[in-house]
Amino acid sequence: MFRPRPEARPATVSVLVEGRAVAVPEGASAAAAMLLAGLIATRESAVSGAPRGPLCLMGVCFDCLAEIDGVPNRQACMVPVAPGMRILRQRGAREALR
Amino acid sequence: MTRRDLAVIGAGPAGMGAAIEARARGLSVLVLDENAGPGGQVFRAALACGRDPAVAPEIAPGLPLIEAFLACGAEYRPATTLWHLDPEEGVLSLVSGGVATEVAARRVVLATGAQERPVPIPGWTLPGVMGAGAAQIMLKTAGAVPAGRTVLAGQGPLVWLLAVQLARAGAPPLVLETRTVSIASALARAGGGLLAGRRMLAKGLALMAEARRLGVRVVAGVRGLRAEGAGRVERVAWEGGGAPCDTLLLHEGVIPSVHVSRAIGLDHAWDAAQACWRPVTDAFGATSCPRVAVAGDGAGIGGWEAALAAGRLAGLDAARRLGALDEAGFAAAAAGPLAARRAALALRPFLDALYAPPAAILSPHDETIACRCEEVTAGAIRRAARIGATGPNQMKAYLRCGMGPCQGRLCGPTVAALIAEARGIAPEAVPPLRPRAPYKPITVGALAATAAPAQQGVA
Ligand code: FES
Repeated sequence: MFRPRPEARPATVSVLVEGRAVAVPEGASAAAAMLLAGLIATRESAVSGAPRGPLCLMGVCFDCLAEIDGVPNRQACMVPVAPGMRILRQRGAREALR
Repeated sequence: MTRRDLAVIGAGPAGMGAAIEARARGLSVLVLDENAGPGGQVFRAALACGRDPAVAPEIAPGLPLIEAFLACGAEYRPATTLWHLDPEEGVLSLVSGGVATEVAARRVVLATGAQERPVPIPGWTLPGVMGAGAAQIMLKTAGAVPAGRTVLAGQGPLVWLLAVQLARAGAPPLVLETRTVSIASALARAGGGLLAGRRMLAKGLALMAEARRLGVRVVAGVRGLRAEGAGRVERVAWEGGGAPCDTLLLHEGVIPSVHVSRAIGLDHAWDAAQACWRPVTDAFGATSCPRVAVAGDGAGIGGWEAALAAGRLAGLDAARRLGALDEAGFAAAAAGPLAARRAALALRPFLDALYAPPAAILSPHDETIACRCEEVTAGAIRRAARIGATGPNQMKAYLRCGMGPCQGRLCGPTVAALIAEARGIAPEAVPPLRPRAPYKPITVGALAATAAPAQQGVA
């Protein structure tokens, strides 16, 4: 779990993480938004269904796969937040966790 | 199809350096990068975080470079992914915002940089365990720091840098240093270089002093690290110790990102000092493929100053090869970057020796997961290697590792090291994993949209 430092980055964007509105700093990724929203496990693994969270945040590990604006299997760490973006956790290979 | 003299993949220090030099000699240049802004990892989000006191001192040298890059006249396409490269024809297949396009280039510079070395310890798949680089990305892109008890475990320059940056931001971590090599033996193994590298050495020592001043606690000589917890990391344990933990950040150095250079079949050489593969290049980045150069950390880890110099050299070499710069002009222009790179690399042999990754990280214990995507343990990989999976490409058929979404980016080095160990051969004797296009997933829709013009009238 991460906490923002508004003194360093005051400008925010409002996104929906699991349906809940969260204000996250401009320039953050969708994966960062999930971490800032208090999610620790951001998806379930494809084989055993074990909880997972982002590992690298730089496009290498694919452990941040999420459903963003209705499109599953997106590397959430490579997608910058935009106002109103809808971000959902992902179960297994591609089913959203609802 | 768009045509350019030079296409540069990656807008980090190497890519920016190549673009600036090539533009100064009049080449038309396209620079594409997966990220939203220029800077690479080291100067990521520099324009947004340059005034954050937690990272500002380290970001400062990147700001004039980024400014020069944005003013150099290169076409810059951020948020753009290379999903296929035809090295013979020089055709790049790109996707951006769900739209696929193609670009033809007379010369291509791969400046795809580095990734963190995988750190497969027991429990590293638990949520809350991340790379140290990931925490630094949170800090640079969002100004955010881990909440709760943070443990930073591993070794290398980034450990000290991140410890200081988190402490400046009010979130000092507990540092567990895993270094196994003594300073004396690193000095003996590295030979000279300390004198020429004294500026960098002074920077490193200053960081360590700042960490102490900011109250960062350090446990040295940590062995047998493991992450524990139910559904998330709650505790770290090591031989003779343990600590509660909400976020565990791991770091055992960085290695070149060879995904694209491998996929297009460039020659690679095993770098024993850094325990990784690197593409074979000449002094100016030229590779075994006549059209393609590799510059920066993607050709061997040297840090951003060496990467910038290498990028400049690759840009100059592109101008020379395409007839925009004669030999005398090239020699005059290359002297500066060649000297800069020599200075930047002077300390590297010492750092490589000092921070050599421990054996248990390269080939982990049997019960540890090596392939995160397909959830395959090191033990399963060892068994498959013994019964006939001679290389990572065969291992795909046995265990599926390398076939998950990361396409072997993360597990590749570990799988190869485990095969080498199980078969009793040297790491460089293991045949390489050959990644396939698409290098990153692309939707069928985007693909169909690119293919459509070519298919018209075929029905
Ligand atoms: S967190 Fe590793 S790819 Fe996104």
